[in-house]
Amino acid sequence: MPRQKRVVIRNHSAEANLFARRAFITLLGVIVIILILFNNIYELEISSYEKYQTRSNSNRIKLLPVAPNRGLIYDRNGVLLAENKPIYSLEVIPEQVEDLEKSIKEVSELLDIPQEKQSKLFESLRSKRRFKPLELISRLSDQQVALFSVNQHKFPGLFIDARLKRYYPFADLTTHSLGYVARINRRDAIKLEEQGKEENYAATRNIGKLGLEKFYQDILHGTIGHQEVEINNQGRIIRTLSFTPPVPGKDLTLTLDIELQMIAKRALSGKRGAIVAIDPRDGGVLAMYSNPSYNGNLFVHGISSNNYKKLLSSHDRPLINRTVQGYPPASTIKPLLALTGLEEELITPEKEIYDPGFYQLPGIETKRRDWKKWGHGKVNLSKSLEQSCNVYYYDLSYKLGITRIARMMEKFGFGEYTGIDIYEENRAIMPSVEWKRARYNQPWYTGETLSVGIGQSFWTVTPLQLAQAMSILVNKGQIKVPHLLKATTEISLTPNENQDEQPHRSEIVLEMPIDEKPPIVLTKDSYWDIVLDGMHNTVQKVGATGYSAFKGSKYDAAGKTGSAQTANIGQDEKYDAETIQENQRDNAMFVAFAPYEKPEIVVAVAIENVAKGGGGTNAAPVARQIMDQYFGNRVIISKKAHPHHEETYGEQYLEVNNNNSSGNN
Amino acid sequence: MRSIGHDQQKQRSIWYRLNIDVPLLVGILSLLTLGLCVVYSAGGQSADMAIRHAKRIGIALFVMFFVAQIPPLVYRKWAVPAFIVGIALLVSVLLFGHVGKGAQRWIDLGFTMFQPSEIMKLIVPIMIAWYVSQFNLPTKIIHILAAFTLVLIPTLLIAKQPDLGTSLLIASSGIFVIFLAGASWKLIGTCAVIGSAFAPILWLFLMKDYQKQRVLTFLNPEQDPLGSGYHIIQSKIAIGSGGLQGKGWLQGTQSQLEFLPERHTDFIFAVFSEEFGLIGVTLLLLVYLAIVMRGLWIAISAEHAFTKLLAGSLTLTFFVYVFVNIGMVSGLLPVVGVPLPLVSYGGTSMVTLMAGFGILMAISTHRRFIA
Repeated sequence: MPRQKRVVIRNHSAEANLFARRAFITLLGVIVIILILFNNIYELEISSYEKYQTRSNSNRIKLLPVAPNRGLIYDRNGVLLAENKPIYSLEVIPEQVEDLEKSIKEVSELLDIPQEKQSKLFESLRSKRRFKPLELISRLSDQQVALFSVNQHKFPGLFIDARLKRYYPFADLTTHSLGYVARINRRDAIKLEEQGKEENYAATRNIGKLGLEKFYQDILHGTIGHQEVEINNQGRIIRTLSFTPPVPGKDLTLTLDIELQMIAKRALSGKRGAIVAIDPRDGGVLAMYSNPSYNGNLFVHGISSNNYKKLLSSHDRPLINRTVQGYPPASTIKPLLALTGLEEELITPEKEIYDPGFYQLPGIETKRRDWKKWGHGKVNLSKSLEQSCNVYYYDLSYKLGITRIARMMEKFGFGEYTGIDIYEENRAIMPSVEWKRARYNQPWYTGETLSVGIGQSFWTVTPLQLAQAMSILVNKGQIKVPHLLKATTEISLTPNENQDEQPHRSEIVLEMPIDEKPPIVLTKDSYWDIVLDGMHNTVQKVGATGYSAFKGSKYDAAGKTGSAQTANIGQDEKYDAETIQENQRDNAMFVAFAPYEKPEIVVAVAIENVAKGGGGTNAAPVARQIMDQYFGNRVIISKKAHPHHEETYGEQYLEVNNNNSSGNN
Repeated sequence: MRSIGHDQQKQRSIWYRLNIDVPLLVGILSLLTLGLCVVYSAGGQSADMAIRHAKRIGIALFVMFFVAQIPPLVYRKWAVPAFIVGIALLVSVLLFGHVGKGAQRWIDLGFTMFQPSEIMKLIVPIMIAWYVSQFNLPTKIIHILAAFTLVLIPTLLIAKQPDLGTSLLIASSGIFVIFLAGASWKLIGTCAVIGSAFAPILWLFLMKDYQKQRVLTFLNPEQDPLGSGYHIIQSKIAIGSGGLQGKGWLQGTQSQLEFLPERHTDFIFAVFSEEFGLIGVTLLLLVYLAIVMRGLWIAISAEHAFTKLLAGSLTLTFFVYVFVNIGMVSGLLPVVGVPLPLVSYGGTSMVTLMAGFGILMAISTHRRFIA
């Protein structure tokens, strides 16, 4: 159709055609635009569907972590040592309360809530969502809980929330071995992140900080559960989509006997010291107590800085776990030195030395005194133990030399971790030429060897190491690593087929295997018996150093005393416990085991700065109390005749009573 | 012409006598019904909101019916006075208007708030169609320039309020008239060049900060996902997560859980897409296309240049709503406050749109009177 540029008279048909063309063009434009829109929506809804589907879900679905319940801890007889106790807090959901100020005021009057807690709540009200619960007060007393429960109908929007908190019913009795849990701090969080555990700890507030709670943190903790919820743009939970329950941590059963712990505490009351009792048959620690102790529960709620300062600055240093701190072993290690002498064939049970009351190194003027001023006279191996003769061991150690001593003592675990299942263990010091060179860059002096011979000088051992060394001795070289954990119990709940009934509860108990190290092998097995016999005599022979403490015991015990100097007293100076400063007085040490023939318990005792007397009068009675508790009414008699002497021992009933000769309590 | 006349004769039904165009009515009613359903869903299943929306639909239908009874000649007669009054109102809005949502759009009439820019959506195409139709088609360049000026005055006044969406709609309603009247392609090309040259000026001197922010957000919404980009990101998530079939009515999580802002008004398309998926969107686009085709058919069938241009402009402006709204909600265009026509909740624009359809129906059924 020809275009008419200039028309005078209106051409309606041409105009209509022009319009129709333009309308058609716009229609094409409209269709193109609709296709563009369609294509764009297609891109979003089909091509990128998965991307937007995911983003939509991540908008609305939140995983709320649910913390698992921490495993409980029992002693060997099933007494609960660490439990999870509910603590109650009063919570408010602001949007559910009609007149918030009035309600808070009334409930505060009812429960006697301090003003500062109220103002704190109103303060936090500003920054929090109104449908999220706010804590008004935590750690309500039972009375407050009861009072509120009765009046709850008056306070809509207020409710009591229960949370589980760790509680140690025996408080200070178990703190040094169990340790405690406390709030996860930044350092813990970083560590968890490094170990890739932060996800499992998302809802967990507390973590083991010390002792077994720390060592077995992973086992006790369990596995996190999740609640999958749908939320709106305010974060309000609309509904729960799914729930994966957490797997609670495993329960621990310890080798500890809480009754022995109690006896230990009582026996050490008023003293600074430590007791370790081990069952030599499996390495299980029966008692492990350090006095003074402190209440681990204080740390669970976050200890106040005042209380913490008090603990830190206390003269008795309760925070220190003395069972794993080094003490000079003193004469308690004489049996082991004797064993070394036998193995090196420097002594025999019969060979005697003469003790004039002092010892002189060849060519040196200085005299080293025995503890008995006038000497013990003729001394053989057994007597050297019974009387704890220093001169015998000055002589022996001089002949052995530091290196042979150190090598043998290292086999008994001195200067090394025993491998017990807490992290606080100390290695203490087993001195040697190499050690002194490394530590002080000084040569070893022979005089120091003599001091080592009576368990002094640089030598320190922990009560745990001492007990473990005795355990190796009574096991005749077999090394069973000491441990506190006896078994773990996994409790699993499987849903019942009948939905209404309780789920099936099943327990999987896993006994810890005995962990052994390569044994110590001597050229002659009889050496063991010789030394053990000497220890037996030390306790059973009238007048021996350990005799009076175990007089009248109904089980056949053996042991060795020790008294360690803590002050630097010259060899010729006079030591008088009553005039010297308290913290420079001697330490009392004692090791014992019983029954003599088939030992069930080894005890090591260390008591600091005793007023008077040594290990025999101070530490041995403590060991006696532990053993009395352990054996109870059992009467145990040695049946075998003694290989090396004919003296009769102690009480007469030993020869009579044959009935209860063995068995467990 | 003859065939159309013949058509008329045949379809002298009751609807025809009531001045109702049935195909158009079917399209409109299906959109209104759909709108009611989606508003109910988007409003958090609030019956209150749905009832209020239904009442507005009732009013709008009445307005449409009323307007349809007025012969199109009347509009031509009143075009100039109405335009002058409209401009005066726009000026007075700027001087004494009521401020709401950061813009001056309303005049307080005492009993209700009145938005003069809404009525201009009808007056401007009427005015331009009146002006252009006085001369022979295609329009001479001088008249085109004059028409442009006429469009520009209300456009700038409304842009000053500021109300970018409405000024855009009004500008396009005038431009459609000029285009349909046969402006030469050369001129259109020149205008496009001038227009793009004008863009920097617009950016530097005329646009307010919040409008600039909208453009920036449009270009990169992820830059500020919780702030200015939030609307468009949540909207795209809502649409994209709908997939082919949608999540189902009342089941859209983005809308029901309130992640999507402006759910029942400007962003209602996102709610619809989330719940009804690509299938729903395709059907919706087809309904819009059908309405546009019917509108254009009415325009082509109209017997006078004025009614042709007016019908074409009203129809295409209606489509501009669709394009701008869907384009903005799906991230093709920057966020401009334009509702999804006949679906979004909100009375004013729906009444105006329905009045526009009333005019279309009048044009469709009053042919013989103007012939």
